Amino acid sequence: MIVEIGHYALALALGVSVIQTVVPFWGVFRQDRTLASVGSSAALVSFALVALSFAALVTSYVRSDFSVGNVVANSHSAQPLIYKFTSVWGNHEGSMLLWVLILTLFGALVALSRRSLPPRLRAGALAAQGLVAVAFLAFTLFTSNPFQRLSPVPAEGQDLNPILQDLGLAIHPPLLYIGYVGFSITYAFAVAALIDGRIDAMWARAVRPWTLLAWTFLTLGIAMGSYWAYYELGWGGWWFWDPVENASFMPWLAGTALIHSTVVMEKRDALKVWTILLAILTFSLSLLGTFIVRSGVLTSVHSFATDPARGLFILFILIFFVGGSLALFAWRAPLLRQGGLFAPVSRESALVVNNVFLATACATVFVGTLYPLLLEMVTGDKISVGPPFYNATFVPVMVPLLLLLPIGQSLAWKRGDLLGAAQRNAFAFGVAVLAALALLSFTRGGPVLAPLGVGLGVFLVLGAGFDLAERIVTRASGWRAMLSRARGLPRSAWGTALAHAGVGLSIIGIAAQAWSSEAITVLKPGERLTSGRYTITLEGMSPRTGPNFRAEIARFQVFSGDRELAPIEASKRIYTARAMPTTEAGIRTDGLSQAYVSLGEAQDGGVAVRLYDKPLILLIWIGSLVMALGGGLSLTDRRFRLAAPKRAAPAAAVQPAE
Amino acid sequence: MRRIALILGLILLVAPVAQAVQPDEILPNAALEQRARSISGGLRCLVCQNQSIDDSDAPLARDLRILVRERLVAGDDDKAVVDFVVARYGDFVLLRPPLNAHTLLLWGAPFLIFLAGAAFVWRRGRQRAGEENATPAPLTDEERNRVDKLLRDEQG
Repeated sequence: MIVEIGHYALALALGVSVIQTVVPFWGVFRQDRTLASVGSSAALVSFALVALSFAALVTSYVRSDFSVGNVVANSHSAQPLIYKFTSVWGNHEGSMLLWVLILTLFGALVALSRRSLPPRLRAGALAAQGLVAVAFLAFTLFTSNPFQRLSPVPAEGQDLNPILQDLGLAIHPPLLYIGYVGFSITYAFAVAALIDGRIDAMWARAVRPWTLLAWTFLTLGIAMGSYWAYYELGWGGWWFWDPVENASFMPWLAGTALIHSTVVMEKRDALKVWTILLAILTFSLSLLGTFIVRSGVLTSVHSFATDPARGLFILFILIFFVGGSLALFAWRAPLLRQGGLFAPVSRESALVVNNVFLATACATVFVGTLYPLLLEMVTGDKISVGPPFYNATFVPVMVPLLLLLPIGQSLAWKRGDLLGAAQRNAFAFGVAVLAALALLSFTRGGPVLAPLGVGLGVFLVLGAGFDLAERIVTRASGWRAMLSRARGLPRSAWGTALAHAGVGLSIIGIAAQAWSSEAITVLKPGERLTSGRYTITLEGMSPRTGPNFRAEIARFQVFSGDRELAPIEASKRIYTARAMPTTEAGIRTDGLSQAYVSLGEAQDGGVAVRLYDKPLILLIWIGSLVMALGGGLSLTDRRFRLAAPKRAAPAAAVQPAE
Repeated sequence: MRRIALILGLILLVAPVAQAVQPDEILPNAALEQRARSISGGLRCLVCQNQSIDDSDAPLARDLRILVRERLVAGDDDKAVVDFVVARYGDFVLLRPPLNAHTLLLWGAPFLIFLAGAAFVWRRGRQRAGEENATPAPLTDEERNRVDKLLRDEQG
């Protein structure tokens, strides 16, 4: 019964989303405020229905209701409760439901947001968002229905893919989807502005919090996924330039550009047309990512969506929303008035440069991801585009951008002083160069680029710090005055500095991986293995039985030089339902570095063991967390706070109503 | 690799548990082994998704790793080893696509896109600067009279 309610609610949500699209559009067209405001209530109802539907699926999973095909295929009665719960989105159908849930949640948030939006903009945005919901609800219902019943009812489920039975599954997809789907709001606002034919700083101010929110979650989602792959896959890699990874990275790059261009638009009323285009492109890349992942067009071996109907359906959605919005853009964008002027050397120009580099980086990933597909279609040639390609193309695009970042950040709006900005960063640059040189001589004979990478990271961190310091520290005043100046700085200034410092930290972590080392051997109990700074001794092996798996556990003593660290347990598991083996790496964190042990096959009375020394590797993810923290902090800036009390009397009070 | 794929539950067939290089494959000569590792890192495991043979646990990847080591022990230089593998499996095996007529656009894309973007911004900037600096049209006689009148009123 619960299952049918869920199914029914989903179908109703589709109907309500149609209303959310059609009625407000018509209202905007007819200049009818009542009709235009229907979108808000429709968005709320639609969210409630999808939430009900989602709750129904969760209930079936938690109760192990094996009359539901989706539960049978992805769950097992012996699974711990948390994995029964996360199994809901550990598969295509359930994760589509999560996708739609988040999509409608954003619609509801827009409807509830108390910010004073022009009613036409709100109505248009909700209508556009409703149309996206219609497409994806229809996709879920007609090609990927998670509520299909089975008859006869099997006695036991087939278990969730063991790789996914991990806390990572609980956290990563929701974060990633909030990021992906969050950009649908920016897209909807862009479409609404194009239909309205009017766009101003007000639009940028309305859109910026949504962009920041989506970007922050996408950052967390990507970082979380990267860490999950690092510890779960068992060979210490953390980024692989795989098409499915690129699928999430492209919207991130475009979204990063978007955050910066909306700043220009909000502060200076410039870059309007470009910002609108970027908002459309960012969500288009999210859709493209969904297509890549779900259709299996690029990942045939590992994709489950081998059903061509699904691929075709999403391709149709993709073409409709990308093509439609770009056509709308081509038609309406010329109507938009150009905004403020700025000198070639100014903060605005710096942000334009930022956008050129980020757009190039994004396009590079785009071409690298899709070129093999295109080439095969056109010529029949099969080529591979792997990490060496991206190292040779993506990295050279990013390095100049990051080198210019601190300088751009110290330029003034409208008309800046390049020499002054360079001078303000000279100290940070000097320290960074010294750090790189010191490392270079210290690690003579080692990798050459790594010290330079660390230097770049140091420059970014110091540049961000000094930029803040300069706004707080003054020669004349005491620490009290500084404290109050620090408090007086807008949160977005702190957020910006944090995000930029976070990039620097990640770069240091990435560069340091050039010094990581690896050792592989067969160990018998009592034998030692050394890699880099770490030495491990195999103490012994012992079996253990988990709820739905059997494990063979190896215990290791760990030494860094003479210092003994806490022991490591690494294991191999066999999940009984699928008879599938997994490796659980053993990781010991030592400061910002990690010793990483993973087990291979048992042989010759011992076991194959790989030991990695991963210097400063935690900085990669700490940096991402700091970036996200910066995004979150900017989001709490008084300008964006949702319930911020209105300051003083609004100027509008003086003017008569329209 | 297929992190997000696996996260989304996309993997049905192959467990991506990395065993990759096994202890029994490792060459006693450390320098040769180092070369073998760096060559393997650039060769694609043909039955995997975007994974190098150095990272893959597929049996075919193991065969290729052993093949690479055999060629190195036989005295081939790095290029000869790679050529040997490419002759067997085609360019598809290279994770770094070779530069040729078919991949010119791929390798050129980042530069072309950057140049196009920079050129657009440059032209746009010149255009806007032109609008700003353009000298306003000279005053008409009527306007001049009005200005004169205003100035006179001010003084008077």
